Amino acid sequence: MQFNRKHLLGIRELEAGEIAHLLDTAETFRDVSRREIKKVPALRGRTVINLFFESSTRTRTSFEIAAKRLSADAINISVSTSSVSKGETLLDTARNLEAMAPDCIVVRHSMAGAPAHLARMGNAPIVNAGDGSHEHPTQALLDALTIREHKTRIEGLKVAIIGDVLHSRVARSNIHLLTKLGATVSIAGPGTLVPLEFGELVEQGLRVEKTIDDAIEGADVVMILRIQRERQEAAFFPSMREYAVHFGLRTKHLERAAPEAIVMHPGPINRGIEIASEIADGGRSLILDQVTNGVAVRMAVLYLLAGGGRAEVEEKGH
Amino acid sequence: MKLLIANGYVVDPAQGINSGRDLLIEDGRVVGLPTPGQEIPSGVEVLDATGLIVAPGFIDLHTHLREPGAEYKETIATGAAAAVAGGWTTVCAMPNTDPVNDSPAVTRFVIEQAQRAQLANVFPIGSLTKGCGGKELSEMGEMKSAGIVAVSDDGHSVPTAGMMRRAMEYARGFDLTVVDHCQDTSLTAGGVMHEGRWSLILGLRGMPAAAEEVHVVRDCVLSKLTGASVHIAHVSTSGALDAVRRAKEMGLPVTCEVAPHHWTLTDEALAEYDTNTKMSPPLRSRDHVAALLAGLRDRTIDAIATDHAPHHADEKELEFDQAPFGITGLETAIGLAFDLVNQGVIDLERLVSLCSTNPARIFGLKDRGCLAENAHADVTILDPACEWVFDVSSSKSKSRNTPFAGRAMTGAAVATIVGGRLVYLNPDYTRITDTKHRNASAK
Repeated sequence: MQFNRKHLLGIRELEAGEIAHLLDTAETFRDVSRREIKKVPALRGRTVINLFFESSTRTRTSFEIAAKRLSADAINISVSTSSVSKGETLLDTARNLEAMAPDCIVVRHSMAGAPAHLARMGNAPIVNAGDGSHEHPTQALLDALTIREHKTRIEGLKVAIIGDVLHSRVARSNIHLLTKLGATVSIAGPGTLVPLEFGELVEQGLRVEKTIDDAIEGADVVMILRIQRERQEAAFFPSMREYAVHFGLRTKHLERAAPEAIVMHPGPINRGIEIASEIADGGRSLILDQVTNGVAVRMAVLYLLAGGGRAEVEEKGH
Repeated sequence: MKLLIANGYVVDPAQGINSGRDLLIEDGRVVGLPTPGQEIPSGVEVLDATGLIVAPGFIDLHTHLREPGAEYKETIATGAAAAVAGGWTTVCAMPNTDPVNDSPAVTRFVIEQAQRAQLANVFPIGSLTKGCGGKELSEMGEMKSAGIVAVSDDGHSVPTAGMMRRAMEYARGFDLTVVDHCQDTSLTAGGVMHEGRWSLILGLRGMPAAAEEVHVVRDCVLSKLTGASVHIAHVSTSGALDAVRRAKEMGLPVTCEVAPHHWTLTDEALAEYDTNTKMSPPLRSRDHVAALLAGLRDRTIDAIATDHAPHHADEKELEFDQAPFGITGLETAIGLAFDLVNQGVIDLERLVSLCSTNPARIFGLKDRGCLAENAHADVTILDPACEWVFDVSSSKSKSRNTPFAGRAMTGAAVATIVGGRLVYLNPDYTRITDTKHRNASAK
């Protein structure tokens, strides 16, 4: 199966075959980053705009490097949401950018649905680089690529996702992707951040566990979500201290996991809060592999959406 | 001036009439319902309603006309035009304008603007509290003298039970029904849609059904305490309906209305983040919709109300979180209500009860909601067989925020008579006023 969509707005609407094709394409691009000359001419003459309404270092940098390694012209625009709300609307901003004929717009926004809004109103292909609590599809793809690299497959794996699932776009995209590819996912965290209804997010393959021990039991992959400190103001949990004690990942938890279990985190990490430093820096941690794979996945996505063209993909295969 | 609506089928639940009758009107009042086929005296204008349903004028208990203050969204004149085009002879205008209708001056302004428009009857609803602020009582007595028909802080649920108690006790003394948009805002802060599977999928902040139910239960309890008549606005959850059902069983003066979008759509309609699916209360999940249909069937629901809430396209074309709540509804409500008839949820008589008889009773609108002798000559003429598509570009409203653009419907209000005057006639039904046809049928 190929990937013929115009936009990448989320994982939920993708079929397993499309996801596999994205991952296969990413694998071919992973080699590019390992060469001395880290550049291919695939998107020469194409323009990619990184339109970031929310601050981000690694995702924006990752997309920028991905575009540049494909020889595209990458332009970064950081707009603080507050200045937008004072004046120009999201739509007007996007229309102005579209008038400059970009081949792809990568959008990060604090509000769920903003990329879908742009996709509906505009003409350029849109890549969702994270929208509110909705989805972060390239993060899930890079996580999957990392898992595939270490476990060779995704089907049949048991994955635990721990932490602030409610507000996490990373968790949502990962749950969709992993269950579509045949993994089972267990989620756990404070009751305020892991509502019981979350189990209905997908048709099958997802369980809400009461404790993080239950979720990690027998897990091949343990994904830790970042605690956003600003959530504390909304009183979802009493203190960082209590969070660290009851929901932070420590070495003893991993004794329950499968023998070769790997640990992942989308970053940036709060050391000593959601994850103990000895795990983050330990042998099971793939946090930096995730970052490396992020570039490959974003190269694949930009290549497929910004006009790499199907013919060239086929050529590559020969 | 005399007007005869001839050869129609009169459905008037207030009088238990459900039969082929003419309707004779003089000087804005109903004269009677003569048997068809009698000779028509000279000087009587005739409308030919052959094959059509003649019902007492429909009354919308819940309309936002935006004037004064937001005339770019809607004015009383454009709202009234949309009302009569949708079959509503009367609309009750919510007070959340700018300034809020919390004084007799604003009440009189609304009434005067409506009189200038000469289309629908516009009856203002006064605010419960000053500025809908939830802190001090409004001058309900003065507003009642100026013409309000009910009191409500719609859109701003009265936050504390103590304030609501005082408001109910005070309103009771003026025979004003208290209308409440039930929402415990401590449970909905930041929410933009129904909380459930779809809010989790879409990553949008949810508004749990419990937020509505907590206040419906509260208001029922306070109705018992105060004896006030309480009308629950746009009920949307199964638990809210259960509370109303129980209050009615206890004999409390509690009534409720439902808005067409709440039984027509579910929260799945938000899947594309279309801001025309954003309203409050939000579109609910399938189980709640099923409960609403059951409430329509078992008569727990008393009225159909539009919650017509016009917004300018510029305001709706924002991120979902940023767009305002609300959709237009005056021109689509009756078509969507006919869905209920066509699906066998309710019959035609019940449709008329929900849109006319009961609304008149709930707000105590004298001589309306029926076609008895000397009642106001407000009439809605319906064609249950009319197949039509809602063309939002020809809407009479100033705003276009509807999820029902392009929707095909069967059943429509085709002519609207207010105070004995034909104020709206569907262009496809000019045969109603066709002289030749009329003469032929009169013989």
